[in-house]
Amino acid sequence: MFRLERRGVLPGFGLSFGYTVLYVGLLVLLPLTALVVRTSSLGLHELWNIVTEPRALAAYKLSFFASLAGALVNAVFGVLVAWVLVRYEFPGRSIADALVDLPFALPTAVAGIALTTVYSENGFFGGFLARFGIKVAFAPLGVALALTFVGIPFVVRTVQPVLEELDDDVEEAAMLLGATRFQTFTRVIFPAIFPAVLTGFALAMARGLGEYGSVVFISGNMPMHTEIAPLLIVTKLEQYDYAGATAIASVMLGASFLMLFAINLLERWARRSEA
Amino acid sequence: MSGSIAALPHRHRTHGQAIASESRGARLFLIAMALGFLGLLLVAPIVTVFIAAFAKGAGAYFAALGDPESLAAIRLTLLTAAIVVPLNLTFGIAAAWLISHYDFRGKSLLTTLIDLPFSVSPVISGLIFVLLFGAQGWLGPFLMDHDMRVIFAVPGIVLATTFVTFPLVAREVLAVMQAQGHDEEEAALTLGASGWQILFRVTLPKVRWGVLYGVILCNARAMGEFGAVSVVSGHVRGETNTMPLHIEILYNEYSFVGAFAVASLLALLSLVTLVVKKAAEWAVSEPSKGASELPPLPIKAQGVLP
Amino acid sequence: MSVAVNAVSKSFGSRDGAAAVSGVSFSAAVGEITTLLGPSGSGKSTLLRMIAGLERPDAGSIVLEGRDVTHVSPRDRSVGFVFQSYALFRHMTVFDNVAFGMRIRKRTKPEIKQKVEELLSLVQLPSFGARFPSQLSGGQRQRVALARALATEPKVLLLDEPFGALDAKVRVELREWLAGFQQQTRVTTLLVTHDQQEAFELSQHVVLLNEGKVEQAGAPHELYDHPATPFVASFLGGANVLKGTVRSGRGEASGLQVDAPAGAAEGDAFNAFVRPEDIRLVKPAEERDGVALARVDRLTRVGPSVKISLSMPDGEQVTVQMSRLEIDSIGIETGDRVLVDLRDAKVFVEDYAI
Repeated sequence: MFRLERRGVLPGFGLSFGYTVLYVGLLVLLPLTALVVRTSSLGLHELWNIVTEPRALAAYKLSFFASLAGALVNAVFGVLVAWVLVRYEFPGRSIADALVDLPFALPTAVAGIALTTVYSENGFFGGFLARFGIKVAFAPLGVALALTFVGIPFVVRTVQPVLEELDDDVEEAAMLLGATRFQTFTRVIFPAIFPAVLTGFALAMARGLGEYGSVVFISGNMPMHTEIAPLLIVTKLEQYDYAGATAIASVMLGASFLMLFAINLLERWARRSEA
Repeated sequence: MSGSIAALPHRHRTHGQAIASESRGARLFLIAMALGFLGLLLVAPIVTVFIAAFAKGAGAYFAALGDPESLAAIRLTLLTAAIVVPLNLTFGIAAAWLISHYDFRGKSLLTTLIDLPFSVSPVISGLIFVLLFGAQGWLGPFLMDHDMRVIFAVPGIVLATTFVTFPLVAREVLAVMQAQGHDEEEAALTLGASGWQILFRVTLPKVRWGVLYGVILCNARAMGEFGAVSVVSGHVRGETNTMPLHIEILYNEYSFVGAFAVASLLALLSLVTLVVKKAAEWAVSEPSKGASELPPLPIKAQGVLP
Repeated sequence: MSVAVNAVSKSFGSRDGAAAVSGVSFSAAVGEITTLLGPSGSGKSTLLRMIAGLERPDAGSIVLEGRDVTHVSPRDRSVGFVFQSYALFRHMTVFDNVAFGMRIRKRTKPEIKQKVEELLSLVQLPSFGARFPSQLSGGQRQRVALARALATEPKVLLLDEPFGALDAKVRVELREWLAGFQQQTRVTTLLVTHDQQEAFELSQHVVLLNEGKVEQAGAPHELYDHPATPFVASFLGGANVLKGTVRSGRGEASGLQVDAPAGAAEGDAFNAFVRPEDIRLVKPAEERDGVALARVDRLTRVGPSVKISLSMPDGEQVTVQMSRLEIDSIGIETGDRVLVDLRDAKVFVEDYAI
């Protein structure tokens, strides 16, 4: 029986370790292994063909660029929202603050049908925009919109604590030295929050890549046009094309891990900048 | 990350009227922009849910909810949550205890694995269970021999939902535990308490708001999970449809009132979740009243002590 | 209960290889207060935690009342521990905090009630049972922590910088109270502190630690009057350091004569540690040939005493402490030239290290 090296005198290590590892092993490792095994059972050649067929490529492109767009919008507006929530007092501030977490708490399907209804051509905003020839629902723009919705909490909640931690005195010093508010923001404040913004951006983007429920209603799901990668997986599964589904899934998983890795690096950089 | 209630730092700044601040006009403009953004993307959808649900009046609303298939979907959703949430609660407490109190080899691997469901698309979360338990899956033949169904049946739904939501309780409880430190647990140990006594008498009361929020969040996500469940469920009406799946079906057949009626229940749940979060944040950050609020003891009477 | 620590060592992961505690041995006598004194990083808190069982030593043993408890859980060691941060159970009332240990041991309700009330009176918080820790001041919380630790009738009481987080005045008052309290109850107590005044006022036995090792152990005045190492001499009492050389069997430092350190050879360099209160100044009536005088740079009055900054003939800076009366009777002012009279100096041969 090997001795697990550990620090800590509190009792309960054995039980908590055993249960946690068992749970994670059965729930996470086992199924993931099935995926890995399945993927590797496909020949490399076949794998390549599946993941590079035009429909798949179109789907990656859409997922990627729509997530990117959504994350960019969130990077800008997320900072704005965080700023306003942290620094200003106004009626309804608490409500707005609580509402930021809505995309986190609201089921994706509900968000999906609601957004579609609002932004379709008969919808409140959709109708308004249609007059300018802007089509949101059933177009790539709709996908980007849904992914923006999904990513809102990520930038706001990552930037908020950092803004809270900034002391008044740094800005007062800048003011005494003659800087305008805008200069203070660009030269003093923004560099301090930049790591957090970047982290939030990456988190929003990572979330957007895999998002399904919020998107499938508003996108219209037209192959080669408004079909996102996760939907492609579902379609293949419905046709019992396990191989195809697995192949696409592993591409997505690879992308997820890359993003996870990048996010970890960013978070570590952010923590170091704060010190 | 992303909104743990323990993530609130204490205030370093004056809220509202700082000296080094923007002009009033600029402030109003920024507030308007921010609220406009939130309004367009957050308020509009949620308000729409309720408006669309009652578009044909309260009668149609309740009729839609009373529809047998809707009721079956609601029942299935509740059943799933009733299994998934307690299960993930036990895991959450065990994992939080483990990670906050000990150091051991492989700890960061473990935390990465626990965070995994967050970075994986829900569709893939469902897919991996299909690969394991589906007809062509690893255990497929075994299950068929024993006449058991996991995929396209309730067990599959429960499994997929458990996978997607298990990190939630763990992360909230862990964040609160780490923020509060473990001096009290060590004190209890020197006073003779066993592990279970420490857990129930000292730790859980300390972290109860984290537990509550984690459970509420886990519940909301368990009831609302769509992508993963969609893949494993088989969409059999009245049998393997949860509320989100049922919403999809109704919506796709243009039964808008029905779809939004069911959606309104979930929307309500999410609003309750947000309220609980606010309450939990407030409770976690305001536990102490200053000692100066109480009158000092008659020091002279006893001699010395402050 | 007597406490014996034998050759205990502990290091924490990779901290450039430096050990927190290295081969420490000492013992604490029954019924007395023993202080573990030292600067931060000296390992004193780690040692205390090891005695409590909250850390495990890498080597060595801990013996409580003749029983080797090195691998025994804190639960079964019968020690009372008071944390610097008090570690009161924030969601329990003061009463429940103090009663905790007894409830674990399944005492009866009346027993618990009586004991808790007794203890709260002892720590002079008799009507505080229903309050919560967040409603108490620092000093009050500390006393509750003490009551809680005592409730289980431990054989040894361990205090980890108990007054560290309190205001100076509160600290002094609590210190006096603790001294009286311990005399009354006669619990063997181990106290960790970096405050030498605290150590001297409270304890009968002091173990001075530096960088994980014991520099000296003994009665407080022993360490003060007869420091065994340069560290002890400089840590206790604030000292001037004068560099000197051994000449003709005597030590000569900055123009002053001192005893040569034991076993020093002709020409050896040494350090002389002189306490500010061990120097007397004499204003010479007339100039004496060949005797260099020190110059008074600055006089600072601090309460009843005066701090004098001197420049020695060879340029060394020396601090002297004298009473106001003495200064006034001698009539010393800034700029005066004075003769320096050493009452006492601790001399050590200079270490080639450092």
